[in-house]
Amino acid sequence: MYGLQVWIGALLTLMIFSFLYKDNPFYKFAEHLFVGVSAAYWMVVGVWGTMVPNMLAKIHPPLVRNVLPALATAEPEFHYIIPCILGILLLTRLITPIAWLSRWALAFIIGYTAGVRFSRYLQSDFIGQIKSSLIPIISVGDGGFSIGMTFSHIVLTVGVVCGLIYFFFSKEHKGAFGAASRVGIYILMVTFGASFGYTVMARISLLIGRMSFLGEWLGVIAGWFS
Amino acid sequence: MRHKRCGWYFNSRILIFPVSILSLIFILGYCHFPEAQEETFDILLRSEETPAPPGPPAVHDTPYDSGESITIQWELSSDDGAGKNHVTGYDILRSETRDGEYQLISSVTKGVKEYVDTSTKDKVDYYYRVRARASEFFADSSPSEAVQSKQQWYNPERSNLLAIAVILSFFIILYISRAKRGKKLFIRRIAGLEAVDEAVGRATEMGKPILYVPGIQDLDDVQTVAGITILGSLAKTIAKYDTKLDVPVSRSMVLAAARETVKQSYLSAGRPDAYSDDIVHYVTDEQFGYVAFLDGTMVRNKPAACFYLGSFFAESLILAETGNSIGAIQVAGTAQPAQLPFFVAACDYTLIGEELFAASAYLSKEPRALGSLKGADAGKVIALMFIGLGVTLETLRVLTGSPAIAKASDFIIRLVSLRF
Repeated sequence: MYGLQVWIGALLTLMIFSFLYKDNPFYKFAEHLFVGVSAAYWMVVGVWGTMVPNMLAKIHPPLVRNVLPALATAEPEFHYIIPCILGILLLTRLITPIAWLSRWALAFIIGYTAGVRFSRYLQSDFIGQIKSSLIPIISVGDGGFSIGMTFSHIVLTVGVVCGLIYFFFSKEHKGAFGAASRVGIYILMVTFGASFGYTVMARISLLIGRMSFLGEWLGVIAGWFS
Repeated sequence: MRHKRCGWYFNSRILIFPVSILSLIFILGYCHFPEAQEETFDILLRSEETPAPPGPPAVHDTPYDSGESITIQWELSSDDGAGKNHVTGYDILRSETRDGEYQLISSVTKGVKEYVDTSTKDKVDYYYRVRARASEFFADSSPSEAVQSKQQWYNPERSNLLAIAVILSFFIILYISRAKRGKKLFIRRIAGLEAVDEAVGRATEMGKPILYVPGIQDLDDVQTVAGITILGSLAKTIAKYDTKLDVPVSRSMVLAAARETVKQSYLSAGRPDAYSDDIVHYVTDEQFGYVAFLDGTMVRNKPAACFYLGSFFAESLILAETGNSIGAIQVAGTAQPAQLPFFVAACDYTLIGEELFAASAYLSKEPRALGSLKGADAGKVIALMFIGLGVTLETLRVLTGSPAIAKASDFIIRLVSLRF
């Protein structure tokens, strides 16, 4: 059975890799299989991972006694009817005369998300970043004045200030403001360069993982001849 | 002397009898019940190896949280770090009645004297014991007082966060109301946006479709919302030029929102006849299944322009490279820092981070979006002021060592700390 799994995995991997040459029937087959299987998989996950435990089991637990017995004895939580109604409202898109009702659910989701994320982003992307930037430009350690740390602190402070200026949209980027903005984008580009190299290394490790899987498959084939 | 000696003999004779009886019982017990002998021996050993119990735990509802959490603190066993120094850790035991059965809920290593129990139910009495462990020997503390967890509605440690949120909200509301009153709010031109019209024009001339990818995240990601807002504006232009638009999505919620947006755009462009639900279609939630489909679509349909605006992850470079290989003009935008380098390297124009949100405001001219953007700019001015002041004070602190400057600097740092 394991050998069959390896064969299927290896052949599908090769079919996907064949796209590197050009689009071909093998790639099309793998692509359609992947899309179809994954769409069905996520639908099943949605039903069994969300609708059954988070809706049916919450609103009327005895309904799930045959499939999730651990949840069947819980007390009903009727406030789950609210998201249930919102979910049903989303489906009203399918009925043209009342399709407008689906906007209510969408508006709720977007509004709720914006509210929840506002506080989170304020902490991590605003206050947290400001606090990390409050450093002395001149660094003095135990051994006295530190040139390296001072340089690092200057780069960090200038980078943060110029980066913020680059993302300032209420003023035209001209003159000194424009120069600071350009410094900001240069610093961003240097950062992207470093990030690019780092991520490419991570991707190569993924490729190595796939290659080693193909090696495993070749091992299965070799096993037949030995 | 004789009398005394007689007396001694007399006393020893009295002792001989009970000692002999006890010895006999012990010997018989050893012969017939060896386990009892071992238990006796164990009890003797345990008395030597058993660690000193920890102090009685002090328990309280974890402050400033959303409930369902109790903090337990205890004095370390005197054999932890001192004494026999053989305590290996502590078990935290919990019961709903003081003299009931205590259940193990967690264990911590030696030297730790606090544990936060996040498995409680609000408004239920709990009692705790802490057990000091030394190999297989242990000693329990006395039970704690009863404690309940409950939710707090306000966290004073985050008052600074509230103040900053109020200030930012004030500016956002102020600018939104100005925009609604018709006052023109200046937003600088964003370079990447100039490419949007160019891309649509090119696709129209070539008679080829435009591919729009609003990221792979759901509507609860603000980048997806920005991507769909830009799609609305773009769809209006596309409808006017009668160019073909293709929007494959990977989330059902995004499907609903994108269809609604595109439909509105076609209506407002006066081309409801050109709209079809097939313009926006669902593919799969699976990240790489979606990417495989997009790659196949790109090489088969050869769109003249590809837009990737939203939240992207590992698929960013795959998409951008495929788009590049078919010669499409590509405009990308995301706030995912790890994916920006790939878009910058492989696309013609990239909206970096907040430019994505600015672009959606710039294109839609929506008062709310414009007001939010201007409010965010006000936030940047506040951030720059804090940074300027904080860095100056920190530098002066290093240079002068003045306590007054140190105090002022600490205050500024406290203002932007997560625990005020």
